[in-house]
Amino acid sequence: MIRFPSRLLVVSPVAFGLAAILTMISMPLNAADQPMVKIENFAFTPAVLTVKQGTAVTFENDDDIPHLAVANDGSFRSKALDTGDTYAFTFNKVGDYAYFCGLHPHMQGRITVAP
Amino acid sequence: MTHHHDNQADGISRRHALECMIWAGTGVLWTISAGVPVSLSLLGAAQAAEALATGFTFLQISDSHIGFDKAANPHAIDTLKEAMGKIQALPQKPAFMIHTGDITHLSKAAQFDNAAQIIGGAGFDVHYVPGEHDLIDDGNGQAYLDRYGKGTKGAGWYSFDQNGVHFIGLVNVVNLKAGGLGNLGADQLAWLADDLKAVTASTPIVVFAHIPLWAVYPEWGWGTDDAAQALALLKRFGSVTVLNGHIHQIMQKVEGNVTFHTARSTAFPQPAPGTAASPGPMTVPAGQLRSLLGTSSVTVKQGGQDLAIIDSTLA
Ligand SMILES: [Cu+2]
Repeated sequence: MIRFPSRLLVVSPVAFGLAAILTMISMPLNAADQPMVKIENFAFTPAVLTVKQGTAVTFENDDDIPHLAVANDGSFRSKALDTGDTYAFTFNKVGDYAYFCGLHPHMQGRITVAP
Repeated sequence: MTHHHDNQADGISRRHALECMIWAGTGVLWTISAGVPVSLSLLGAAQAAEALATGFTFLQISDSHIGFDKAANPHAIDTLKEAMGKIQALPQKPAFMIHTGDITHLSKAAQFDNAAQIIGGAGFDVHYVPGEHDLIDDGNGQAYLDRYGKGTKGAGWYSFDQNGVHFIGLVNVVNLKAGGLGNLGADQLAWLADDLKAVTASTPIVVFAHIPLWAVYPEWGWGTDDAAQALALLKRFGSVTVLNGHIHQIMQKVEGNVTFHTARSTAFPQPAPGTAASPGPMTVPAGQLRSLLGTSSVTVKQGGQDLAIIDSTLA
């Protein structure tokens, strides 16, 4: 089977340079405060993530099919995320948050929020 | 015809005489006799037409995914138009159509509108059940119910009778549970038990729902958690045909008196179970796409219980 990359990016050299600078500036901040869960090939990656209390976690769908992240206990629920769409949720309470895809419930993940 | 013999015995004993034909284009791929798959020599178009002329026919389309525009098929709207064109050109018009869900890709109003225009434009009665892609509007399914929920119960399930066949449209794409598969739920199962009370055991039953009601490949979510409870309610019937979509490819299985069959999509193919990292739109070389898209027509022999399922591609 042949699979195309889920998104094709066309970036001009100028925009690429700018993006590279912005990435360099924002990367430490992103890494520390904006952890990302990628949705790809019908899986959440990383499937298990630990963050500090008060952290916003961003879910990004890189599949050609919509997905929807929903907490088992209902504490968060994204809209259906089309290709490239993101959803961010700020975890203000310490605890273990198991979640799944509301459209493909065999897709599961867990976020642990530590003090 | 070589593939078929009549058996006028009563319905329940008919389970051992169940035959089912699966056609691809003009050729029979397999037949089931006494519950055992038997391969048959390919039949020509004339014989296929003869089979179509023997009883009443209804047509299944599935997974039109209007709004899908990714690499696997940038023009899902065009392939639906092609499918409807082929249906309209059939020499023997189907009595009606069923759509086994994923009408739209993202439940957007314009996508529902386009689908209704293209499918409705052919002039057939269409009986719908939703796929999970039809319930992701802001109202969590209200958009689907506003359009197709009239006369249905719960999330959109219902039954109707036509030409002596009892048709049941089920919804297994709501209230999905973490780690689970498709889900019918207690309310729908209770309704089904009640609905079947008045139906005699010799009445052929056709059940249609989006996600397969048998475990095609649970690792990819291709199954329904509480399907066994629905099938238990259908045990006393001599002929049960279960038609599903969702997996965008033909799969079939016969178990006792129940024939399971999944239809192709009109939008994009998906990989065969376990042959890729995950399910999802499968991009194939240009020129192959239409041979992997298609529709299914089901013929019910007059006065009999045998249903012949004929799958046609868009190629
Ligand atoms: Cu999903």
